[in-house]
Amino acid sequence: MSATATEPDVELALPSAEGMREVKGPTALGDDPQRLFRLAWTLATTDFKLKFFGSFLGYLWQLMNPLLLFGVLFLVFSFALNLDEGVRYYPVALLLGIVLFSFLNEATSQAVRSLMTRETLVRKIDFPRLAVPMASVLAATFNLLLNLVPVVVFLLASGATPSWSWLLFVLCIVVLVLFAFGMSMILSVGFVRFRDIEPIWTVILQVLFYASGVFFTVDTIAGQKHGQLLVDIFFCNPFAAILAAARHTLVDGSWTSPTQALSSDWLLVIPVGLVVASLVGGFLLFRALAPKVAEDL
Amino acid sequence: MSSRATPAVLVDGVHKEFRIPEEQVHTLKERVLHPLRRPSHNQFQALRGVSFDVGKGEFFGIVGRNGSGKSTLLKCMAGIYGVDQGRMYVDGRVSTFIELGVGFNLDLPARDNILINATMLGLPSRDARRRVDAVLDFAELHEFVDLKLKNYSSGMLVRLAFSVMIQVDADILLIDEVLAVGDAAFQQKCFDEFARLRRENRTVVLVTHDMGAVERFCDRAMLIERGHVVEIGEPRPVSMHYLQLNFSRDARAAEEAAASGDPDAIAAAAEAASGLRGRNADELRAGDGGAEIVSGWFMNAEGEQVESLDAGERCTFCMHVRFHEDVEEPLFGFALRNNADERIVATDTHKALHGESFHAGEEVIVYFGFENVLAPDRYGVSASVARAGSGDAWLDNRERFRSIIISSTDPSGAVIDPPFHVELQRQVKVQTTS
Repeated sequence: MSATATEPDVELALPSAEGMREVKGPTALGDDPQRLFRLAWTLATTDFKLKFFGSFLGYLWQLMNPLLLFGVLFLVFSFALNLDEGVRYYPVALLLGIVLFSFLNEATSQAVRSLMTRETLVRKIDFPRLAVPMASVLAATFNLLLNLVPVVVFLLASGATPSWSWLLFVLCIVVLVLFAFGMSMILSVGFVRFRDIEPIWTVILQVLFYASGVFFTVDTIAGQKHGQLLVDIFFCNPFAAILAAARHTLVDGSWTSPTQALSSDWLLVIPVGLVVASLVGGFLLFRALAPKVAEDL
Repeated sequence: MSSRATPAVLVDGVHKEFRIPEEQVHTLKERVLHPLRRPSHNQFQALRGVSFDVGKGEFFGIVGRNGSGKSTLLKCMAGIYGVDQGRMYVDGRVSTFIELGVGFNLDLPARDNILINATMLGLPSRDARRRVDAVLDFAELHEFVDLKLKNYSSGMLVRLAFSVMIQVDADILLIDEVLAVGDAAFQQKCFDEFARLRRENRTVVLVTHDMGAVERFCDRAMLIERGHVVEIGEPRPVSMHYLQLNFSRDARAAEEAAASGDPDAIAAAAEAASGLRGRNADELRAGDGGAEIVSGWFMNAEGEQVESLDAGERCTFCMHVRFHEDVEEPLFGFALRNNADERIVATDTHKALHGESFHAGEEVIVYFGFENVLAPDRYGVSASVARAGSGDAWLDNRERFRSIIISSTDPSGAVIDPPFHVELQRQVKVQTTS
């Protein structure tokens, strides 16, 4: 009786698998793209709902965060450091910078841990894995859209008038969301293998906040020694380029756009290339690692 | 065996290996600091060439001990784990239930949770909304639809979770151990639903430890052990085989594994030990050493040594005793305790054997034959040899040092199942005082 466990496997002739669907194991996309988007949408709206508890006050609290930061920075930089001297609509541009940075911060910081937070789902249900970081970015995008409302209100209150260039601003937002999504794919799947990605990314975000011109203009750098070189380096950072373009298109044409500031338009290839690389590289990495995520968590 | 016309599930030579890193390289820092050190892995072979097929409309049970690979197999079939070798095919929509209430968010009301769950399973939103009502109907929780789950009682939560699971329009259901939760009434409801699924000709693959469920519901069952298929066939022989494997080998397997140093054997044994070995470890031994209970075992009516018995089958408990000193008129005793630790049977030899004396070095076997009216369960066996008198002065006493499994296809749920003699008398003239 004790030998039974080590007996050879039961031999049996299997019927043919004709007309049957093969079970392939988990993938990033699944076989039905609609399912992926529906799932990401559901997860994102759920998170959103949970945050606001279905109340209007919840929305106000959501606005408090960027507005408070705005208040502090505005006091410091405009009254103490006079960074706003001779700059049109400095407060609105500052608020826009804070709102856009908050989005990048929120989307990617949520995404880093996202596979971990949804561990029970990942380990117990077969679904397109990409839905998880996608949901984090989507939820942050909802917040971004809400936070843009006071930006536009401030802008109109400051005396600006709507213009056609606002359509280009929408394009800037799309590029920003895509960049955040690319980074989120890399970070979320990387975190499963390397847990110190989270603190490292927090530091990088801090650096990005100070290095992307959230509270100063491109012209401030251009005025320094080796100004042109500094500006060219400055715009290697995709977020800096997106922010400058967003200010140029939404706030006022007097805010320098990347193409105006760069020594050559060709240098724009670097930030654009980085956005594309984050998307393509992030997707390829995520697709390669997605089948093993359930085991590696 | 595999001549059934159309298979719903086909698993062909599936291998699955887990890599368990020996030293966790969990951070980039470690990777960068030790770029040349290749992370070493222990390979754990969870599945080694598993092949079987499940026919359409069949109720198929997968049984196996802890760590045998049955849950891994189910996760592979569900598409949660990729496999290393082999192929798997399904015909029809698959729904997997590894756990009740996966992804439930306690801060959301029932309606949202049902919608989310349906979306996770891949239903279009229109079907998902329609499903909300079906689920609530079945769970009888319509009035609590807007109540957050954290305010549900645990019973309501289980009801909702089960109903979410069962109200799904899938052709193939993969179910893992859901019966382990819930009270008796809930389990009955599960069974009723299984019966319904069977009538509707759904294909169900059930991974379970509950041999009663296997024997009652499954058309066929499969036993796996250490990633190999040991047996596929009729539920009854498979479940008997499982019980034998389970209760006779735990302790030995753990010891063997520790001695062999084979990592996956240790892992399997460790898992098994966490579940069942604890029971063997609580063996208590007492006595002054004047005699020694060398071993004890059960015999069936044919005199064969057995680990399990059918309910109603006459049996004999045998104890082998060695005396280390001369003892006058000792008492031999044995008792059976069921899984709930209730003493069901106890006897000693103070009436049956008296005046017998033994001298040092003598070895005897005492037989206790009895009519087996025990209900199906696992019984722990205790045996003792005591000096003449009250029976408390133990020469040797071993608590729960053996076990015997009584199995039945038709458990009554009572503690004993005596044989009944039923008669019916018709046309009774009842004399009434009128």
